[in-house]
Amino acid sequence: MWINLQKAMIITRREVRDQLRDWRIIAPIIILTILFPGLMNFTAQQAVDFVAKYGAPIIADRLIPFLLMVVGFFPISVSLVIALESFVGEKERRSIEPLLSSPLSDVQLYLGKLMAVMFPPLIASYLAISVYLVGVYRQVGWVPDTILLIQVIALATVQSLVMVSGAVVISSQTTSVRAANLLASFIIVPMALLLVGESMIMFWARYHVLWYAIFGQLIVAWLLIRTGIAHFNREELLGRELDTLNLQWAWQVFKSAFIGVPGPFRVWWRMNVWGTLKSLKWSILLAIIFTLAGSLIGSAQAEVFSIPADLLDWENIEDGLVTGIEEIGPIRFFSIQGTSVILFHNLRAIALASLLGIFSFGVLGIITLILPFSIIGYFTAIAGQTGLSPWKFLLGFVIPHGILEVPAIILTGALIIRLGLTLVTPNEEYTIGETWIRTLADWTRIMLLVIIPLLMAAAFLEVYITPLVALNIFSH
Amino acid sequence: MIVTNNLSKNFKDVRAVDQVNLHVRAGEVLALLGPNGAGKTTTVRMLTTVLRPSSGTAHVAGYDVITDAVKVRSAVGVLTEEHGLYDRMYILEYLDFFGQIYDMPAEEREGRIQYLLDKFDLLDAVNRRIGQYSKGMRQKLSLARSLLHSPPVLLLDEPTSAMDPASARLVRNAIKSLRSEDRAIIVCTHNLAEAEELADKIAIICSGKIIASGTYEELKQRLLGPGEYHIQFAENLDNRDLPLPSGVEITEKGTDWIHYQVTEPKEINPLVLQNLVTAGFAVVRVEEIKRSLESVYLQAVNQAPLEEINHVD
Repeated sequence: MWINLQKAMIITRREVRDQLRDWRIIAPIIILTILFPGLMNFTAQQAVDFVAKYGAPIIADRLIPFLLMVVGFFPISVSLVIALESFVGEKERRSIEPLLSSPLSDVQLYLGKLMAVMFPPLIASYLAISVYLVGVYRQVGWVPDTILLIQVIALATVQSLVMVSGAVVISSQTTSVRAANLLASFIIVPMALLLVGESMIMFWARYHVLWYAIFGQLIVAWLLIRTGIAHFNREELLGRELDTLNLQWAWQVFKSAFIGVPGPFRVWWRMNVWGTLKSLKWSILLAIIFTLAGSLIGSAQAEVFSIPADLLDWENIEDGLVTGIEEIGPIRFFSIQGTSVILFHNLRAIALASLLGIFSFGVLGIITLILPFSIIGYFTAIAGQTGLSPWKFLLGFVIPHGILEVPAIILTGALIIRLGLTLVTPNEEYTIGETWIRTLADWTRIMLLVIIPLLMAAAFLEVYITPLVALNIFSH
Repeated sequence: MIVTNNLSKNFKDVRAVDQVNLHVRAGEVLALLGPNGAGKTTTVRMLTTVLRPSSGTAHVAGYDVITDAVKVRSAVGVLTEEHGLYDRMYILEYLDFFGQIYDMPAEEREGRIQYLLDKFDLLDAVNRRIGQYSKGMRQKLSLARSLLHSPPVLLLDEPTSAMDPASARLVRNAIKSLRSEDRAIIVCTHNLAEAEELADKIAIICSGKIIASGTYEELKQRLLGPGEYHIQFAENLDNRDLPLPSGVEITEKGTDWIHYQVTEPKEINPLVLQNLVTAGFAVVRVEEIKRSLESVYLQAVNQAPLEEINHVD
C-alpha cells in the first residue's frame, strides 16, 4: 500500500504543479477561497442585525453554521471540473499513452489522478472555512463548537471525495471531455439533493445526524473508488471509439447474453436459468439476511411505536375482514381485477427497487425491498403484544401468498445486489458497458422466467386463497 | 528479447493483428513496415502491455505481456505514435517525472537526463516550456524519454517523422549506437530508406498479418526473384553472340551493355566473366543492379491478398 501511495504521489505532484500553472483553475479557487467567504461574512452580519430587530436570534444561530458549510463546499465544486477531465482530457490531448506504457500499476495511476484532482480544491476549502471563521469571529464574535467544526471539515472532505471519485470514474470510462461533462449530471443532481438535505439538518440543528451523512458518503466514495479501479482499462483509454450510441451492438450483446448457451429447452433451462440462479447463491444469502434484518428492525419498532391493545379487536376480526375487504380501494378479492392490481403493484415495486439499485450500488434497491418486511415484522410484533399469536397472524395474512411472493422478492434483491456488485467487481474480459448489458440480460431472464411467474401466482393466491385462510383462522 | 507466437488482437469484430510471429534478439533491429492501419501500432501496444492480446503469446525481455505486465513495462522504452508531452512542463521536470516513475535514483536521473539532452541537442531548450517546442524537438524529447531508463527493449513508432534531415540523421545514428549496446529494437516506419539503413531484419505487415519477413537480402531474393546484373562493354556488341553459361537469362540488351539474371551468382558470375574475356569481349564493368526496399515492399503489399509469403523467424 505504501509503495502504491508513493508511486501515486509522483503523478499527484506533477498534476498539482500543472494545475497551479493554469490560471483557469487558480482564478476560481482564489475567488471562492477569499472573496466568497468575505461575502458570506457580510451576509452573516446583515442577517444577525436584521433578525435582532425582530427578536429572532435563532435564525442567526442557525444561519452562521449553515454558511460555514456553504463556504466549505464551494471551492470543492472546482474539483468536479478538474476530475471530469483527469483521464479523458489526457486522452484527448494524446498525452496518456506514455503514462499507460510506464510501469505504474492501475491502482497507482488511478489513485495518483484521484489525489491530484482532490487536494488543491480541498485545501482551498479548508482555507475558505478559516477565512470565514476569522471574519465571523471578528464581526459577531461567533466561535463554532469543536464537534461542529470537525463535522463541517469532515463533510467538505467526504463531499469532495464523493464528487471526485464519481467524476474520475466517468472520466476513465468516457471517450471525450464533452461526454464526461454531459454525464456529470449523474454527480451534480445527487450532490445537490444531498446538499439540500444537509442544509435542512443544519437549520434543524440536529448536528448529530451529520455523522450519518459523513459515514454514508464515505461508503459511497469507497464504492466509487473501487468501481473506478475495478473497471480501469488501459485499452479503453486508448480506444478511438466515437460517442455514438451503438444500439445494434448493445442489442447483439444483450441478445447473446440473454440466450446464453443454446440447446433443447430443458438443457437451456438448466444451463441458463438454473445456472444463473446457482451463481446468485451468495447474493440470495445476503438478500435473506437483509430481509431478516428488515423484519427484526420492524419488530423492534413495535416497542417504540406500540398500538394500544383496545384499538385492535382481534375477537371481531372476522367482521372487520368482511367489511374491510369491501372497502380496500381498487383491490377486489376473489376477482381477476384484484389479481392484476396486486401484480401491477408488485411489479412497480420491484422495478423501482431495481432502478434505485442501479444508481446506488444496490443499496437503495435493497432498502426499498426490505421495507415491506419491516412492516410485516412490525405488525407481527404488535400482534404478539396485543395477545394474538404472531404465528397465527403470519399464517392468516402472510404465508398463503408469501410462500411464493417472499422468494420472488428475495430473488429480486439478489439480482439487485448483483447489479451493484457488478460495478465494483473487476472484469478484464468485458468493458464496463458490456458487463452491464450482460448483467441486465441475466436480470431480464430471471425476471421473465422466474420472478414474474412467481409474482403472478402469488397475486392469485393473495386474492383468492389468503382471504379464505384468514377468514378460516379468525372465524368464530 | 522479443518473442511472439501467433499474437492476435480483435477489436469487436475486426481482426487488427492476425497470428503475428516475431523474434528479435538482443542487438538486432527489426523494421516493421506496412501501410496505414496495417496493425503496426496495435502490435507495439500489445508488446507494451497497453493492449491485451486476444490470443497468442508474447514475451518481452523474458516476461509475459499478460502475467508480468508491470515488469514488461519496466523493461521497455516506447516512442509512441503521439508524443505524449505535457505542454506546461519544462524539459527537466518532464524527464525527471518519468525518471521517478521508472524508479531511477535522483543522482542517476540527473546524469542520464544531462547525457540525453546533450545527445539530442536539447540543452539549449531547457528554459522553454515544452509547448513552445517545434515538432522535431518534441520528437527528440519523446525519444529521450523512451531511452531515459536504459531499457533493454526499445519500441519506436515512427522515430524520425516530422524531423528535419539533420535531426533525423542524429536520431538514426542514436538508434544505430543503441543496437551496438545489445538492445532489441523494433522500429515501425513508413520511411523505407530508414528501414534499409537501420534494420537487420524486416517484417512487412498488411491487414494484421506478417506477409513477408527476413533480412533485406532474403526478401529481395524471395520477392523480386534472382539478382540482376549489369555488364558494360568497351565497344558495341554488333549482334555478336555472347558465350554465356547455362542458367544465365538476359533480361535487357543495349548496344554496349547487357542485363542478366542468375540464380547462383557466386558460381555463375565468374564463369560469365571468364567466358566473355576468353571470347575477346572487353568488359569494362560488372555490377549488381540495386533493387530498392521500396520495390520489395510494393511487391509484398501487392502480392499480399494472394498469399502469405512468410512468417518472421
